[in-house]
Amino acid sequence: MSALAARRRTLPGFGLTMGLTLSWLSIIILIPLAGLFLKSLELSPEQFWNILSSRRTLNALRVSFGLAFAAACVNLVMGSIIVWALVRYRFPGRRLFDAIVDVPFALPTAVAGVALTALFAEKGWLGAPLAALGIKVAFTPVGIFVAMIFIGIPFVVRTVQPVLQDLDPEIEEAAGSLGASRWQTIIRVILPSLAPALLTGLALAFARAVGEYGSVIFIAGNLPNVSEIAPLLIVIRLSEFRYADATAIAVVMLVVSFVIIFAVNRLQRWAQSRIPAR
Amino acid sequence: MTIEVRNLVKTFGSFKALDGVDLKVESGELVALLGPSGSGKTTLLRIVAGLDWPDSGEVLINGEDALAQGARERHVGFVFQHYALFRHMTVFENVAFGLRVQPRAVRKDEAAIRTRVKELLDLVQLDWLADRYPSQLSGGQRQRIALARALAIEPRILLLDEPFGALDAKVRKELRKWLRSLHHEINVTSIFVTHDQEEALEVANRVVVMDKGRIEQIGSPGDVYESPASAFVHGFIGESIELPVQVEGGVIRLGDRPLRLAADGLAPGASKLFVRRHDMLVGPPGSGAFEGAVRHVRNFGPVQRAEVALSGGETIEIDAPRDKELRAGDTVGLEPRRYRIFAGA
Repeated sequence: MSALAARRRTLPGFGLTMGLTLSWLSIIILIPLAGLFLKSLELSPEQFWNILSSRRTLNALRVSFGLAFAAACVNLVMGSIIVWALVRYRFPGRRLFDAIVDVPFALPTAVAGVALTALFAEKGWLGAPLAALGIKVAFTPVGIFVAMIFIGIPFVVRTVQPVLQDLDPEIEEAAGSLGASRWQTIIRVILPSLAPALLTGLALAFARAVGEYGSVIFIAGNLPNVSEIAPLLIVIRLSEFRYADATAIAVVMLVVSFVIIFAVNRLQRWAQSRIPAR
Repeated sequence: MTIEVRNLVKTFGSFKALDGVDLKVESGELVALLGPSGSGKTTLLRIVAGLDWPDSGEVLINGEDALAQGARERHVGFVFQHYALFRHMTVFENVAFGLRVQPRAVRKDEAAIRTRVKELLDLVQLDWLADRYPSQLSGGQRQRIALARALAIEPRILLLDEPFGALDAKVRKELRKWLRSLHHEINVTSIFVTHDQEEALEVANRVVVMDKGRIEQIGSPGDVYESPASAFVHGFIGESIELPVQVEGGVIRLGDRPLRLAADGLAPGASKLFVRRHDMLVGPPGSGAFEGAVRHVRNFGPVQRAEVALSGGETIEIDAPRDKELRAGDTVGLEPRRYRIFAGA
């Protein structure tokens, strides 16, 4: 006991909080995921491979990951511009716009799906003019893309906003007085300073879009091989009582998502290491 | 390069930051803008740099209208109080920044940039820090790097905004001397802003004292210290005893007591009497213009500082030589060796 007392930490409670953290993470995340892996073990490696290499599965994964990445990229660009406007300028309605950014967080995704579908349907407010230009959005992969942009935007805005707020406007003035053009200031000074936050925002928006189900299925049209997302295929397999098939696709999604998130995380670490704390 | 501002006015909302400022800085001068916070000195500096714009007035750099140009075109070196270094760049890249963003037509090649940065890091004596990041440097080192970065573009003029304001006392003193010798070496027309009178008097060739958006006095450090032009300057620069007095019919009164001081040429009315602490000579009771009782005596440095309660009720602090015998409880006579009286309450 005396030896323990001598090594007392300045911040007590490590044992308790660490224990709670581990048990809670286990119950909430690790055990369900382990169950998923166990279930997929019911399949032989050959069966597993066949399910994965089927055209429908591959297409569903391609649609999910490809469009999620594209949507995350669009959100990165547009989100950065929105953040810039919200942080750097004072205009009437700024607080309102700031609040509107959070709507996709809170709105039930099914509601968002129905609203987007109505808007982009061929007779909808936006769908009609687009249709006149020959662009079909609802019930095509473009619709999935739009829904994924909708649900991902707050992730970019909310991760980048605090970092930009902390960025001292003086460094922009310094760049300007050293002869940098506005564009050079953005490319050489502002973006590198924001890079870690931008990458985090990208990763979060991407992860959210890969996992999105509710809003997408309303607008997608859900045509196998064309506009069918992987989560939907899982649900379809489940309704056919092909549980092992469903878990096999789920495992692949899990692994791919984890690898991508992990990679972005490392990239973000690396970017962060180049900007040591003040 | 000369800098000239004419009748500069700048307001922020209802606050008048600059209220008609005229100033001319000659080529090669090192001028201090000295004043309390809110006196408009930083605003003036930022307008000269092109980081702020005046409501009215003119700014001429080397005789050319500078207000027609943005900060980028003015070719002005600016050093910020909080350094404003680029955190994601090494010291080397920070200093090289101004050279790398030049238009392609005039940009130096990589070898020339390296040579130039090396020269500047040598100039600020920090060449051994080239590969560090700003966060790994001390405050004094950061400010020297910020200065090297500003000098990289060979600015026509150099502007420094409270350059030592964020540093501790010892480093400030070192950097003051260093800045003065650096200025001597490179001789670029410079203005620096400070609220520290000692810094202004010690570093600058000329001191511009500002208050409430106006220039109170322009002069050499000796001038502003020895012959302050206004009550504000006297109170702000050097440690002064300030007493409210009344001038009436050739007599100066403190409260209801007449003082044995000449009132020739003074306008009647409420006024302020200023005496430097060390100009108040201590004598036996009844010997000087004032009389008072010593409350405390503290000994430090070259003088002893005594708190004296005057018979009129005011308490003042005076500096007396160490060999003068003073004890708490003594009654003394005080005679101002030099004093100034400014009209106004």
